[in-house]
Amino acid sequence: MNHAPLAAEFVKDRPRAEWHDATLWFVRAKRDKAAQSLPEWETLRDCAAQIKAHTQYRLADYLEQFEREATKRGAVVHWARDAAEHNKIVLGLLRNRGVTKLVKSKSMLTEECHLNPYLERNGIEVVDTDLGERIVQLAGEPPSHIVLPAIHKKKEDVGAIFHKFLGTDEGATDPNYLAEAARAHLRAKFVAADAGLTGVNFAIAETGGLVVCTNEGNADLGVSLPKLHIASMGIEKLIPRAEDLGVFIRLLARSATGQPITAYTSHFHGPRPGGELHIVLVDNGRTNIRANEDFRRSLNCIRCGACMNTCPVYRRSGGHSYETSVPGPIGSILAPAGDPAKFYSLPQACSLCGSCTDVCPVKIDLHHQLLTWRGELGRKGLISWPKRLGMKLGSFMFRHPAVYRTVGAAARKLTPWLPRALVYNRFNTWGRQRELPEFPAESFRQQFERRSREQ
Amino acid sequence: MNSKDRILSDLRAQQLPAAGLPSLAQAWTRYEDPSAQFISLVESVGGRVVRLPSRGDLPAALAEVPAFVAAQQIVSGVAEIVGNVDLARVDDPHALEMVDFAVFPGEFAVAENGAVWVTDERVPHRAIYFITQHLALVVPADQMVHNLHEAYARIALGTSSLGVFISGPSKTADIEQSLVIGAHGPRSLTVFLVG
Repeated sequence: MNHAPLAAEFVKDRPRAEWHDATLWFVRAKRDKAAQSLPEWETLRDCAAQIKAHTQYRLADYLEQFEREATKRGAVVHWARDAAEHNKIVLGLLRNRGVTKLVKSKSMLTEECHLNPYLERNGIEVVDTDLGERIVQLAGEPPSHIVLPAIHKKKEDVGAIFHKFLGTDEGATDPNYLAEAARAHLRAKFVAADAGLTGVNFAIAETGGLVVCTNEGNADLGVSLPKLHIASMGIEKLIPRAEDLGVFIRLLARSATGQPITAYTSHFHGPRPGGELHIVLVDNGRTNIRANEDFRRSLNCIRCGACMNTCPVYRRSGGHSYETSVPGPIGSILAPAGDPAKFYSLPQACSLCGSCTDVCPVKIDLHHQLLTWRGELGRKGLISWPKRLGMKLGSFMFRHPAVYRTVGAAARKLTPWLPRALVYNRFNTWGRQRELPEFPAESFRQQFERRSREQ
Repeated sequence: MNSKDRILSDLRAQQLPAAGLPSLAQAWTRYEDPSAQFISLVESVGGRVVRLPSRGDLPAALAEVPAFVAAQQIVSGVAEIVGNVDLARVDDPHALEMVDFAVFPGEFAVAENGAVWVTDERVPHRAIYFITQHLALVVPADQMVHNLHEAYARIALGTSSLGVFISGPSKTADIEQSLVIGAHGPRSLTVFLVG
């Protein structure tokens, strides 16, 4: 498992890779415009970071308060320590009620828990109802982005998928036509479903309620027709007070897509009359991340995707190259926390440009955490030996000015005369897509000394 | 130990630095003309706003809305408009699949983002807001807040099982970032600002 070869595969199709890059940059630009439209943007970010830090500090208390309030309003709260327990709880709820057809709105947590394949193995039909998620579900792929799941698909791809599964005209690529076909297809699924499952954007301790944001209205349809609503949430989704929503809702859609608010921002408190609401609180490694002072703030993430849209590596390597349910900068922090040996390459897939940190609505210091991860992975022995050796030599050289000067002089004198195979070989991964610049005759120090003398 | 106790005891065993909550009583953006801001925001997200002097003008205004004129099945939650599907007589919300047009009151509007707050407090089937082909919301023009902070200050969350900010019609940009109006829910949203 390594990010680099998968990214290399992605950039092979150059026009497509450039299109992907430009499309996400377009979303980033919309985010900038939305952020700049509010003079208090930085105040909102500060407030959001403070609210999250406070919530983490008192998380156990707020979880208990949330359960108390939610129960008071008729919801049933379940607790799951890991993905397997979450999946078992959901399957149990469905089985006990004879549910065979489930409609789902977007939930990155259920991706993380691999709920869909688990339910399908157990005879439940699962339909992802977010259009982007439905596209990738039909294609047999995971989402490549947390907000824009099918951002890697062109309309020709969607047309081909819909032709195969929904019977749209062959070669049809008009987004209006394709979305209309999906509407008819998914309406039938909504009407046939016995239960609806949603993710959770925010859970309010004070009121025991849930907030779910969509543009399509798919979460709302999915939990307003069938009697059973299951909401799956990570324990970090909590906020203390209803008024805190003012901060987060203002930040979320603007950061995600540049919209002032999503078309539907739905607040659920208890089941609807005659229905059932079950809320599954999932830990699945979050407590461990909270224990770590360096990475704790990564749990403040509200899953807006802004760090992905701005990341020069993500934009040019595609979400699938990360092989995680949450890709991009934030995913590269969260994934190694769960399985460092599997995801060791992700913190390396970062130029440390810091753009993610600049756009993060809850002020997670993403690039600092990615750098911290590199040290951590090095200590765990998860960095390849050529890289480790290179780093050690580099570190020695930069700490010893005389060595630095000698190596510099040798490089300037010798490199132009070396056979190409000695400079560009498998150990020089930097040189795979790049050529060294022409070496100057004099070093900066030599030039500086000469000019000082000449004055 | 069950999972709940285990998670809570794990969390409580960790020592985190104390951190306080910020005050949200701040000088948030207010608009010189909140109605104008609201109207331009609703239009920017694909909705329409019609200003009416009084609620009595509703029937005439709706008669100008093509989707209403063409509608076969109409659900109305406002006194001035008579529908032909009575939500109170519908047992199963699935029966609402064929509804063409629904018109309901909105409690208040938010200038900042063009959203209207609605709840299912007096609505037997909350699905109606999402399953109807077209939706109209009637909001008193003086029920306008500047920003979301003011909005949350006036909502009593938890009094109804659903409260939702609706901003424009249902939409998606999941096919190559092309905006398509009418994803799963209403294909159009008309807001009548009254008074």
